[in-house]
Amino acid sequence: MTYVAKPRVRHPLLPINELGLTRRDYEGAVSTLCAGCGHDSVSAAIVQACAELALPPHKFAKVSGIGCSSKTPSYFLSHSHGFNAVHGRMPSVATGANLANRELYCVGVSGDGDSASIGIGQFAHIVRRRINMLYIVDNNGTYGLTKGQFSATNDKGSTSKKGVPNLYEPIDLVSMALQIGASFVARSFSGDKSQLVPLIQAGLMHKGFAFIDVISPCVAFNNHNGSTKSYDYVRGHSERLVSADYIAAGEEITVDYESGTAEDVAMPDGSTLRLRKLDENYDPRDRVQALTHVQRAAEAGEVVTGLLYVDPDAADCHDALGTPAAPLNALDESVLCPGAAALVGVNAQLS
Amino acid sequence: MIHVTEPRFPSGTRAGGAGGARVRYNDFVIRFANVNGSGSASANGMFAKALFRMGVPVATRNIFPSNIEGLPTWFEVRVSERGYAGRREGIDLMVAMNAETFEEDIASIVPGGYLVYDNSKDLHVGLRRADINYVGIPISQLVLPEFPNPKHRALFKNIVYLGSLSALINIDFDVITGMVSSQYKGKDDLIAPNIHALEIGRNYVLDYLDGPLPIQVRYSNAAENKILVDGNTAAAIGAIYGGATVCAWYPITPSTSLAEAFEQYCNRLRVDESGQRNFAIIQAEDELAAMGIVIGAGWNGARAFTATSGPGLSLMTEFLGLAYFAEIPAVLWDIQRAGPSTGMPTRTQQGDLLAAAYASHGDTRHPLLFPSTPNECFDFAVVALDLADRLQTPILVMSDLELGMNDNLADPFAWEDDRRLDRGKVLDADDLDAIETFGRYVDVDGDGIGYRTLPGTHAEKGAFFTRGTSRDEYAAYTEAPEAYTANMDRLLRKWETARRLVPAPVVEDEGRDVGIIYYGTTALPIPEALDRLAEDGVELDTMRIRGFPFTTEVRDFIDRHGIVFLAEQNRDAQMKTLLVNDLQIDPARIDAVLYYGGFSISADTIYEQVSERLVEYKVPRLRAVGGGRSSPPSK
Repeated sequence: MTYVAKPRVRHPLLPINELGLTRRDYEGAVSTLCAGCGHDSVSAAIVQACAELALPPHKFAKVSGIGCSSKTPSYFLSHSHGFNAVHGRMPSVATGANLANRELYCVGVSGDGDSASIGIGQFAHIVRRRINMLYIVDNNGTYGLTKGQFSATNDKGSTSKKGVPNLYEPIDLVSMALQIGASFVARSFSGDKSQLVPLIQAGLMHKGFAFIDVISPCVAFNNHNGSTKSYDYVRGHSERLVSADYIAAGEEITVDYESGTAEDVAMPDGSTLRLRKLDENYDPRDRVQALTHVQRAAEAGEVVTGLLYVDPDAADCHDALGTPAAPLNALDESVLCPGAAALVGVNAQLS
Repeated sequence: MIHVTEPRFPSGTRAGGAGGARVRYNDFVIRFANVNGSGSASANGMFAKALFRMGVPVATRNIFPSNIEGLPTWFEVRVSERGYAGRREGIDLMVAMNAETFEEDIASIVPGGYLVYDNSKDLHVGLRRADINYVGIPISQLVLPEFPNPKHRALFKNIVYLGSLSALINIDFDVITGMVSSQYKGKDDLIAPNIHALEIGRNYVLDYLDGPLPIQVRYSNAAENKILVDGNTAAAIGAIYGGATVCAWYPITPSTSLAEAFEQYCNRLRVDESGQRNFAIIQAEDELAAMGIVIGAGWNGARAFTATSGPGLSLMTEFLGLAYFAEIPAVLWDIQRAGPSTGMPTRTQQGDLLAAAYASHGDTRHPLLFPSTPNECFDFAVVALDLADRLQTPILVMSDLELGMNDNLADPFAWEDDRRLDRGKVLDADDLDAIETFGRYVDVDGDGIGYRTLPGTHAEKGAFFTRGTSRDEYAAYTEAPEAYTANMDRLLRKWETARRLVPAPVVEDEGRDVGIIYYGTTALPIPEALDRLAEDGVELDTMRIRGFPFTTEVRDFIDRHGIVFLAEQNRDAQMKTLLVNDLQIDPARIDAVLYYGGFSISADTIYEQVSERLVEYKVPRLRAVGGGRSSPPSK
């Protein structure tokens, strides 16, 4: 059941990937979000990341909850199935989808309301189960669709459009993910494509739960002075701690970096993750150090970005469950149904 | 304070008047009153199993608190040569091992019945009843010198009374000792002390009491070729045969044992030679997540189910609505229990019908299945998975604590090896190549069911975006009123298809004027209630409903009968509401016979309520009233 994609008319300058596809083949429907919305940049980064990796555009399971962020899965990868579920419950739907077919790339897009407020319970539990997926939170600190209420990731003291300060402490999903057991934790900025695209690539190829918290400003309700989730604030207060490049197996590693700041991490599939670090003492494989660093930065009002933690050899949920390599949804009666003979023993034990 | 003083080891006393009395074989209700956490469940289970192994039909009932240790718990066994499996009021033989409930336990014994108790301490005179027989066995004193460890002593008390019962009611002692030996196979050091404890209890009765009692068991073939199993175990095994690969659940009594049995039997039946486990079970963080996992798996083409009870059903309702609109296959087992919170919820009820049938917001309705027996739990587990795939919607199986957690006789589970699972309308890559355009919600066949595709099937065709609402036939986003209405009307056509596919009722219609409808575990006491009514000269036609929406047979049965009773176990006659609403019939056509006290409905309740109404209806009888047995006996 392999299919070669149909040749289609394309701009002659668009690069063609190993599957003979261009970026257009990875796009989705036209966005209905506001012009300038950070979320559209994230969708574009997903398109670019998948196109560059030359992944089959139909081999994804896209899942989301409810909110502006959760609309975005229809704006990328239109050759794949998507599921717009209920508010805050994307993690459980993603879990079921991944259990049913482990061969698909599972991409979940959620928001700060969807994951840090109504869905914080499900977020916590999908992290600890290490479902093999890429989980992106488009984090803008506000409820856009209901017109600008604070969300749980909004910093204390950060103001609303009308100047009212947020009274409550923020929830940091990166810290939570680090603490509960995610094997890939990153933070990025929707306005920094050069960082975000490689992170998405590395997250997609990571086996285990890959989490990227993307600060993605809401131009309608949370992009003013006084907001800590605005384009200006994030540009002025972020620090690229660790950048990551995904280098596929067999691909030539050509770019050189200053010694001491670059480090290659071998991935189980033969690929390489090249990490470029601002601070050579920072070890992105040290969970405790990562957590400390993130918390210290937050205290100082800084946003550290990049691949903050990675465990390339982590086991995922399927490993824990001991399921077969074949997708569970592909097993037929001959495997699933033990047959009449097996009932003889069952009945004997009950008589 | 005055106490009745008894000799501790009375020599030659009679256990309770066996001499000369007519012996009643294989027909009694025995109840064990214990303290929760005292290890009595194992001894009580062995008691039931021993009778079953002697070929005697038994039906067991656990009546237990929300508690790990300390609160009262009861275990009741209906022993019936005629195979009556329902509850009958009144206890013939009470094994009272809990001082806290002693008074009520004694009060529940029928006149002429028997109390087996530990007479190591004197019985308070206030607990004396002149019309019952006292069988004192100094259990505490007997175990004291034999088992120095106090913890063992407490546990072996249960085994001692089991040994005593073997002599009191004539259970084949070899059957019990054989069960002990097989139960502790591999832990041989436990066999000898258990058999010793059995012998202590048995020998005391043989040496000091004039047994056996006039209530006895004897070998029978009435339970021949049967198995003894609870509904949850049966459902779990059925789910394996039905091809379920994903089970997500959250612990809640009385459904927990279904998920646990699924895991236990999967470990036995679904692990291949290389050790790969062809199943995935997730104990979720709550019922919302459990349902979400089931829906995610169903969307992605795996057969998935959850098991829960009332509170869990409430939490799952948002997802159930999504699955209804998004048309995702899912199976939910609701092992019903009483009310919210804790306490009564460890009692049985059929109280979730309305919450299940119309679960969620918007115009939603869900097919329901109503199993009555362990065999139906097995079958409906498969049927539900097939129907979910065929109808692309959640199917809710409405079991209850009575069926789910209690051992009942059943036919051995059977399976036709050529039986194929119905995966419904799913297009594979070749199918997609063969068609011009794919429209997920196009009603190609006119049955309201579209063709679906699974993620990853085809590089070019068949991908679509799943939403609850706001879509056209081709799954494109729209909020157009026409598209929404057309979609909702198609879902109604699908409902009519469901009406043809759910299990038909079991009807016994001899053309009488009076009929009775029932479903689920209300079926258990029905044969006995009907026999008693027949002895009074009234015979009823019967219909056991097995599915919702209602098939045409259901309407026909109601139409054909002048008087229609409906017996169920909730306050609001919820099945009546479903019948009235789904069939648009006159509510006055159905006369509800209700019980909602927390126990399972008894034959007495049905008999008495129907009898009273029949008088009101002035239904003529073939014989004079009073010919039937009434229970408990009045004198």
